[in-house]
Amino acid sequence: MKTLRYNRIAILYILPAFLLILSFVFLPIVYNLYNSMFRWSSFDAAKTFVGFNYYGRLFKDPVFYISLKNNSLYAVISLVFQVGGGLVIAAVMEDKLIRKFQPFFRTVFFIPSVISIAVVGLMWQLLYNPEIGLVNGFLHAIGHSRWAHSWLGDSNTAIFAVIFVSQWQYTGYMAMLFLISMQKIPAEYYEAAMIDGASKIKTFLKITIPQIREMILVGTVITVIGAFKVFDEVYVMTGGGPGRSTEVLGTMLYRAAFRNDEMGYASAIGTVIFIITLILSLLQMKLGKSGQEV
Amino acid sequence: MSAKDSPIVTTGDMKEVRLKKSKPLSTKLKDRLFQIVILIWFSIFAICIIYPIIWLGLSGLKSNSDFFLNTWSLPKEWLWSNYKEAWDAGIGQYFFNSVLVTVVSVVAVLLLGSMAAFGLSRFRFKGQNIMLFVILSGLMLAPQVSLIPLYKILQAIGLYNTYGALIVPYVAFQLPFAIFLMRSYFLSIPGELEESAIIDGCNSWRVYWNIILPMGKPIIASCALLTGMNVWNEFMFALVFVEDSSLRTIPVGLMNLRSQLDTNFGIQLAGLAVAALPMIIAYIIFQKQFVRGLSAGSVKG
Repeated sequence: MKTLRYNRIAILYILPAFLLILSFVFLPIVYNLYNSMFRWSSFDAAKTFVGFNYYGRLFKDPVFYISLKNNSLYAVISLVFQVGGGLVIAAVMEDKLIRKFQPFFRTVFFIPSVISIAVVGLMWQLLYNPEIGLVNGFLHAIGHSRWAHSWLGDSNTAIFAVIFVSQWQYTGYMAMLFLISMQKIPAEYYEAAMIDGASKIKTFLKITIPQIREMILVGTVITVIGAFKVFDEVYVMTGGGPGRSTEVLGTMLYRAAFRNDEMGYASAIGTVIFIITLILSLLQMKLGKSGQEV
Repeated sequence: MSAKDSPIVTTGDMKEVRLKKSKPLSTKLKDRLFQIVILIWFSIFAICIIYPIIWLGLSGLKSNSDFFLNTWSLPKEWLWSNYKEAWDAGIGQYFFNSVLVTVVSVVAVLLLGSMAAFGLSRFRFKGQNIMLFVILSGLMLAPQVSLIPLYKILQAIGLYNTYGALIVPYVAFQLPFAIFLMRSYFLSIPGELEESAIIDGCNSWRVYWNIILPMGKPIIASCALLTGMNVWNEFMFALVFVEDSSLRTIPVGLMNLRSQLDTNFGIQLAGLAVAALPMIIAYIIFQKQFVRGLSAGSVKG
């Protein structure tokens, strides 16, 4: 029987998308590596070969270590709140006693993740404002005025204030992902556990978690990779400041390229981001056998 | 053996009886308490999420002095004019740009993506796995890495500072995810339909256009929503690849607005509310598709 199978015509359907991805997603990565070996400016066509000098400079740059530390903080805190917190919230939402309220809370918790990070960042910048912001307003209202603070203006608290916004925005998103995979667990497992008299916590640990192990793994890796891709919220809320205390790799790259016009140095930072995210992605593919599949 | 004296049934019955009996008042009370505690916890969390957003919309209606003096309360005077002023100060133009860029990108992603997914799911040919691998690898790459090279490439091909400078990279970066979702869906469409169509003399384009696309509607809708959301909200490329304020999309345009209207908070907040609202409304209307799209695969914006 004649079907579409074994037909070379297929390439014609794939080619437009394939070429677009190749030239605008993959080619830039190679080009970036090349760019990182030259001193060049965006206003000047001349390039001076410097080899791997920029990498050497990067590993001596204290801001690089601040950035790495901030990206790592992002990863760790996001794992606790988004993966850990999201898991607990999803499990509780699936509980029989709460289930009828689930659609409402699910909808509300998810809303922040559909708003642009830039809008959320600008909004929180106002909420954190020491004079007019609601955060300090709330602290005054509950009588803890001494806790009131210039959250984004103090280099000790700024990065935590920024990281908190991501938790506010994405915990509901993760909870939703976990919820979706929890709903695929056969109900009989829970019935059996109930008949055996297992407690809720035990059921959660012995049935829910093992059953959605794959999803937890994927969520963990998405979160960690996301933590190394952070840019918008830091750029909008602090721009890397005060000082350079909230700098992350993304804003460090942006500053080097478009503020200081050190395109080669910025490209070297790009390569480091590439290598970190590549390693994490390979880890994801190795751990979750289905790769991206959820 | 009759059912009556079957030991299995008896045990089953006994268990049920035991279960019903073993729900004394204390358990019921515990359940109720559990329910209340959780509802309080969830409600507080819900307020923490909704209140800032409502505050945003309401503060957008306040005059500046009202905003400073009565941060918490409802507006003294409902200044709808703030929204109009924000719109005129640039949000209108940014809104138009965002709509244009989003619509064109989504249409291109759906068309090119569904064609590629069709080619990858309904055919077998040499080199297929390599192509699939390359496309899906695109899912993992951080856009920061491509920022500077793309900036140079777009300048070199004359797209820099045009709508195309946003549309082309958006399409390229959204395609892998769209192809990933559509391909798995197309794989699940049974082959009989296309076989009989081919016997009837349809070529592959007719199969794609008249069979696969109509049958793939649900996943195409999910892809449209997720792509639209990602493009609408994108910030970094929009910041770097266009220069003219008249080409800016909403997320970056808002940064302009902030520096323009440094002290006029009412108008700024109105602008933020206008930027956030379309996606919230779209999400609430198309919730089912969003969830379906998310369950088919998950990649954060």
